[in-house]
Amino acid sequence: MSNTAQPVKTEETNRIGLTKKDYKGLPSTMCPGCGHNSISEGILTAFYELGVSPYQVAKMSGIGCSSKTPAYFLHSSHGFNAVHGRMPSVATGAALANRNLIVLGVSGDGDSASIGIGQMIHSMRRNTKMIYIVENNGTYGLTKGQFSATADVGSTDHYGLPNDQSALDLPMLAIISGCKFVARGFSGDRKQMLALLKAAIHHDGLAFLDIMSPCVTFNDHPGSTKSYEYVKAHDEKLHEIDFIEEKTEINVEFEEGTYRDVSLHDGSIMRLKKLDRDYDPSSKLQALGVLQEAFDKKEVVTGLIYYDKNSVDQAEALKLPQVPLHEYGAKELRPSKEALTEFLKSFK
Amino acid sequence: MSQKQKIINNFSVRIATANGTGSQSANNTLFKALFRMGVCASAKNLFPSNIKGLPTWYQIRTSQKGYTAMNRGAEVNVLVNKDTYKKDYEESKENSVVIYDSNIMSESDFHRDDITHYPLPLTKLASTHFEKPRLRVLLKNIIYLGAICELFKLDQEVTEQVIKDSFSHKPKVVESNLSALRIGVDYVKQNIIKKDPYYYEKENDSKNKNKIVIEGNAACALGSVYGGCTVVGWYPITPSSSLAESFISYCEKYRVSQDGEHRYAIVQAEDEMASLGIVVGAGWAGARAMTATSGPGIALMTEITGLAYYAEVPVVIFDVQRVGPSTGLPTRTQQSDLTMIANLGHGDTKQIMLFPKCPKECFELSAQAFDIAEELQTPVFVISDLDLGMNQWPSDDFDYPLHPYNRGKVLRKEDLAEMDTFRRYFSGDESHGIPSRTLPGTDHPLASYFTRGSGHDEDARYTEDPDAYRRNMMRLLKKFQEAYRVLPKPVIEGNKKAKIGIIGVGSTYDAIREARDYLSEAGIKTKYLRPKSFPFHPEVKEFIDSCDKVLVVDLNRDAQLKELIQVNIPNSEPKLRSFAYSDGMPLSALYLTRKAKELLNV
Ligand SMILES: Cc1ncc(C[n+]2csc(CCOP(=O)(O)OP(=O)(O)O)c2C)c(N)n1
Ligand code: SF4
Ligand SMILES: [Mg+2]
Repeated sequence: MSNTAQPVKTEETNRIGLTKKDYKGLPSTMCPGCGHNSISEGILTAFYELGVSPYQVAKMSGIGCSSKTPAYFLHSSHGFNAVHGRMPSVATGAALANRNLIVLGVSGDGDSASIGIGQMIHSMRRNTKMIYIVENNGTYGLTKGQFSATADVGSTDHYGLPNDQSALDLPMLAIISGCKFVARGFSGDRKQMLALLKAAIHHDGLAFLDIMSPCVTFNDHPGSTKSYEYVKAHDEKLHEIDFIEEKTEINVEFEEGTYRDVSLHDGSIMRLKKLDRDYDPSSKLQALGVLQEAFDKKEVVTGLIYYDKNSVDQAEALKLPQVPLHEYGAKELRPSKEALTEFLKSFK
Repeated sequence: MSQKQKIINNFSVRIATANGTGSQSANNTLFKALFRMGVCASAKNLFPSNIKGLPTWYQIRTSQKGYTAMNRGAEVNVLVNKDTYKKDYEESKENSVVIYDSNIMSESDFHRDDITHYPLPLTKLASTHFEKPRLRVLLKNIIYLGAICELFKLDQEVTEQVIKDSFSHKPKVVESNLSALRIGVDYVKQNIIKKDPYYYEKENDSKNKNKIVIEGNAACALGSVYGGCTVVGWYPITPSSSLAESFISYCEKYRVSQDGEHRYAIVQAEDEMASLGIVVGAGWAGARAMTATSGPGIALMTEITGLAYYAEVPVVIFDVQRVGPSTGLPTRTQQSDLTMIANLGHGDTKQIMLFPKCPKECFELSAQAFDIAEELQTPVFVISDLDLGMNQWPSDDFDYPLHPYNRGKVLRKEDLAEMDTFRRYFSGDESHGIPSRTLPGTDHPLASYFTRGSGHDEDARYTEDPDAYRRNMMRLLKKFQEAYRVLPKPVIEGNKKAKIGIIGVGSTYDAIREARDYLSEAGIKTKYLRPKSFPFHPEVKEFIDSCDKVLVVDLNRDAQLKELIQVNIPNSEPKLRSFAYSDGMPLSALYLTRKAKELLNV
């Protein structure tokens, strides 16, 4: 991401001269009203407003309604709809092969919390540089409404039958898995989602966004704790959040002492406006405590839950060069003739 | 026993020890010393799936005729393992030599009068000369090596030099090893009268001059380095781990730039699905990428392999085959993944395989695998096995590869600038079904496309249209059927006019070569075709057509290679005879010869 980025100049085009249309995708085939559509809109808006070149973005996904959505935004980015639960590993390979890519992973709660839970956790351990979005609806949308592993115990499916297995809290899991950027949003809260997405795009490492995204067809009924109404009513915001790019004029002013600034590596800032409490996202313990409390009360904590500024992404840790690996040829990669002679000598 | 004629460089020595006792170092030294003496030697390490205490056998065969297959049974048995010696002894070949540790085995057990016995007080020698308990255990092995040295006239100077070279950075270790060696030598000199006919003798120096001793896995790893592989995702599994681990160590040596940049990324992943996922992501993004595994890992990679096939992503997968599943015989060899891999993935999938037979081919085919994968935009499997991968083999020197990398049909920004459209999954008539691809990150409006499984049209748009699906599948079939153009040709040996053919892949080579000599001595002329790749070249069909009968040699129970031939070469079946045998051991030439006569009815 370029540091010389300029603010959006006109309403029609962003700083690299592209219109919002340039960030769109094919028409969505999601059910009308599906939360996933709002997230797609959020994603393309975030990239548009930041002025990121779509050519630089690699859209990775697994399998599910959520995982289909990359076709519906950023049509001029490469996309890879992989297999169920394996998006994180495929994304890892792409991120290592070419450090210049902005790797955007889109997954679902089935894709990440069940079949792909191992891959999700281990990509966090590796701190692969990517934006990792789970479009969380507590159900398997694409296979027509079975419970997912994020469905609360006792909540009901579209037949009215209760879920008897305990739920996984993905941000909690992310934190204990070593993830250094953990947030939760809600497809119904566009402003918060945009700020979180922009910050995630700027993060050096794996940025995890658990976005509540109601499935209007299979999980939007009164017995569900993932319905639009339920999430809206139980949304426990940690703060109001603004994302301020480096060198951008600050246009959201809060009174001194009423906010907390969290700086990202490249100098951009997440400005967190205090609400009921003074929440410190750098404290793992506080984060886990708040999540556990909310989990017990079946509330939905949203905002920047945990942020560790000491994040070294995987490519950096592996000392990879800045150039994409495919740019190297035999000249750089093939050891010399002398090296081979030397090698053979050591096996004589 | 009467003094017989000397038998020089033409016998097998089998050493029975327990794993975790350090015998490997003594055994490798023996093998290396023979190699440096110019002797044709081959070694098999038969080890258990265990870290400490279970029996292992190490068998070194020397052959004047240059045979390198494993012999069942040995002329010389060195019994150092208390737990197995009785059985080892009873099973010793008739008229063989038995050397044993007389401190821990009771003399009365050694009752056979056809056998020449050499009792050695190994345990006592070790404990009187060395103080530390660990050293006693380790150096006992070097003492028996010293005894072997003196008994069979292994060149002591050469042996000492091997020890010096192996521990060149540890002078203390060299010192203690040399003194242990001499303890063994001296004991034999002073206490034992040689009664057997077996001798090692230095051969013409030039014999092994252009050879090295190496494991197939190391050769595959080096081939990957030379072939330009930059990304590896892997998960440890015997017998493939040392392939990935060798790759790591060679990268540290050859791939770190002067300013400390690593021109490689290696990830030890959480499982094989993630390993291959990483490799597929990297291959898609343009890097040459590979993973190394064995049968159980291949099974787990099935779905992602299918994805790579349909999405047309170049990746290289090394399968070092073993007996499966996890609680099968994980440290025994087999060629048992052939039919699984040929159609790995669900739906109509077809996979490319390469079959190296020796370390030199491991080096060459591994490097070539990356060219083939990129040229065909598909997974390429390099099929090795435990025997080839983990045993030390004498190998011809590797040749320095000179050809440039073939990166396949990748359209760069400059190429796209000259084009009106880019159709990811379209290939013209002359393209052998191979389309062009672009890499993510390409800064051009035509570059992007959406990658997914088989549900797409030529422009990579999602579709469930029956015609589009079928068109795509038929193009993929064409790509596969015409793939032999870029795959290595089979190797044919023997007289063209022979009417009896033999077909085998990979490491069965050594036994087949030897068995053909025995058949020939019995007046049975054969010719031998060894496919180096799958799908098969047209030469395989021509070969079968030119024979009356073809014996297909399989190191598995179910005749997997024969099945591949039968299915892929229509009407070949009536001529095919199957030798399909597996007990976890490398193939025996004598057994193959005997069965071949039966099966071919000659
Ligand atoms: C290996 C495998 N098992 C099962 C499926 C079937 N399947 C497709 S999508 C899906 C669940 C998707 O749920 P989620 O990730 O939550 O996505 P959503 O549709 O809810 O957005 C399942 C089980 C599959 N495609 N692959
Ligand atoms: S089934 Fe549910 S998740 Fe899938 S598109 Fe419809 S509303 Fe969205
Ligand atoms: Mg879901």
